Amino acid sequence: MDFGPHLLLAMLEGLVQASVLTLTALGLSLVFGVMRVVNVAHGEFFMLGAVLAWWITFLVGGPPALAFIVALLVAPLLVGTIAAAADWLVLRRIDYDPERTIVATIGLLYIIQQLTLMSYGPDARPVAPPFNTRLALPWFEFGSGGVQIYWPWGLSITSYKLFVIFAALLTGLALWAVMARSRLGLILRATQQDRETAQAFGVPVERVYALVFGLGAALAALGATLVVPIQQAHYLMGGDPLLLSFIVVIIGGLGSLRGTVVAAILIGMSDGIISVFFSPTLAKMLATLLVAMVLVFRPQGLFGSKPA
Amino acid sequence: MSRAVGLHLGVIAALLALQFVLPAYHHGVLARVMVMAVFAMGYNVMFGYTGLLSLGHAMFFAAGMYGMGLAMKQWDVPLVPAFLLGIAAAFLLALVVGVLALRTAGVAFMIVTLMFSQSLFLAILHFGAITRGDEGFALARSLRQVAGLDLAAPATRYFAAWGLFSVVLLGTLALVRSRRGRVLVAIRENEERTRMLGYDVWRHKLMAVVVSGTICGAAGAAYGVLFGYVGASFSQVPYSIFPLLWVLLGGAGTVIGPFVGTLFMFYLIDLSSGLTDAYMLVVGVALVLLTLFLPRGLMGSLRDRGMKWLP
Repeated sequence: MDFGPHLLLAMLEGLVQASVLTLTALGLSLVFGVMRVVNVAHGEFFMLGAVLAWWITFLVGGPPALAFIVALLVAPLLVGTIAAAADWLVLRRIDYDPERTIVATIGLLYIIQQLTLMSYGPDARPVAPPFNTRLALPWFEFGSGGVQIYWPWGLSITSYKLFVIFAALLTGLALWAVMARSRLGLILRATQQDRETAQAFGVPVERVYALVFGLGAALAALGATLVVPIQQAHYLMGGDPLLLSFIVVIIGGLGSLRGTVVAAILIGMSDGIISVFFSPTLAKMLATLLVAMVLVFRPQGLFGSKPA
Repeated sequence: MSRAVGLHLGVIAALLALQFVLPAYHHGVLARVMVMAVFAMGYNVMFGYTGLLSLGHAMFFAAGMYGMGLAMKQWDVPLVPAFLLGIAAAFLLALVVGVLALRTAGVAFMIVTLMFSQSLFLAILHFGAITRGDEGFALARSLRQVAGLDLAAPATRYFAAWGLFSVVLLGTLALVRSRRGRVLVAIRENEERTRMLGYDVWRHKLMAVVVSGTICGAAGAAYGVLFGYVGASFSQVPYSIFPLLWVLLGGAGTVIGPFVGTLFMFYLIDLSSGLTDAYMLVVGVALVLLTLFLPRGLMGSLRDRGMKWLP
């Protein structure tokens, strides 16, 4: 394949990754924004979503499309409930102290990971995509006879991958609508701005926190459910999404949802493109160092306005 | 001699005496615990006394280990200079990381240290031609000899671990009882007020990072020498979490706490391995229970209940 079509292919793959990353990072960003705590177990909620999606499709059986739709609805709900319960049982009791929350969520990380290992096992398992038509894409070339359109071999995308991009877009818009237009969003924003004043105005802050923590985890689980037909479910799959979400949330500015979306698309795309053309280890290493440097020299992130 | 000095000398003496009575298995475990307790004590200087929570201390452990291991393996440096090179590597890394990371605070500090550590792990993988990547490399027994002593033999290994442990235990005791140590505690308790009293907070914090990183590097180098293996897994996230766990369990901000926590956790995992292979589950449950019910750790709780003199 020539460079041009190859680049387009890398960008499409990058866009799929960026979609999933956007959902996962939005979850982390929401939790950080409203609750001011870092959830280190976020990657494990992602993994739990993928593993539950496998269980659900396995138990439902029947045509892949039906089983997948059930998984898409139930897996995030289950993960969200588990996360809300963890918040209620653990984080609420340590009063959301930032440092102790990190230690406690590290604990949660290992508990979820190891319980999955004990029940689900060490194997990676795929989920059948509900539909998977291969769509060939055209490419243009400026030859001697003007513009030519042809169909390079290998330049294609599946209908399922398009669906992932579309679903992420839809979820993002829905989240924006909730945050900006609904009464719930108003309560969330009030809690984010000033916890005590919100409480004084009758906002049940503790329940809001549990809800936000659950919602954040559910977003990660939704991203994971979307990704299992492309990438298999495995008990260690939470590490990369966690690190990438961290990076995205930092670059986007801690607590800014708009910045998170921009950064997720930027990083998901470049991660996809870089890993097609360069060694993934080197790319990851440079990206990690770069982000650490951003945090050192510009702690408010690239899009954040207030210092964190 | 104060009660505090007496207690720590007593622990050192007891560990020396145990060398002659312990059965082989526990003898080996205790040697490992002492080296890892050095790692935890190094972590404690930063976390327990200065209040800086790092999530990347595996990088200092690995810097010491690889500094020592690569010097021996690649450039045929003899053991003692190689060991010192390992410590020097950790010292330099701590200095650089300290200067950069101390520009941030709180949650950002944790994430920055985590990311620097992750970069070192990825660098070890990337330069796999030298470091042997994921696999790591073993140090032959013939390399692990010093002045006619075989450091791979259980008895000398125990003595070497005990020696390092004693030096670091008494060193941290001296540090926290010194003027500088008190400034560190003051920074932990109230950074603004310490600055207002005229202390250079940044320099004291940097000192804490460098001392902490160097001690952890010594632990990494010693682990490589005594147990003959250098591997990338020691630079991964769990090895940044372990010292945090040990210190929290034993009691952050107590000199003896890190050793107590390490000992306790090693035997807890040892006992639970009969029940399940997923030993990290025990680690996770311990972390959650500690933050919920025993935030000050075993020794910290003892200090709260009457043993006020515990340093």
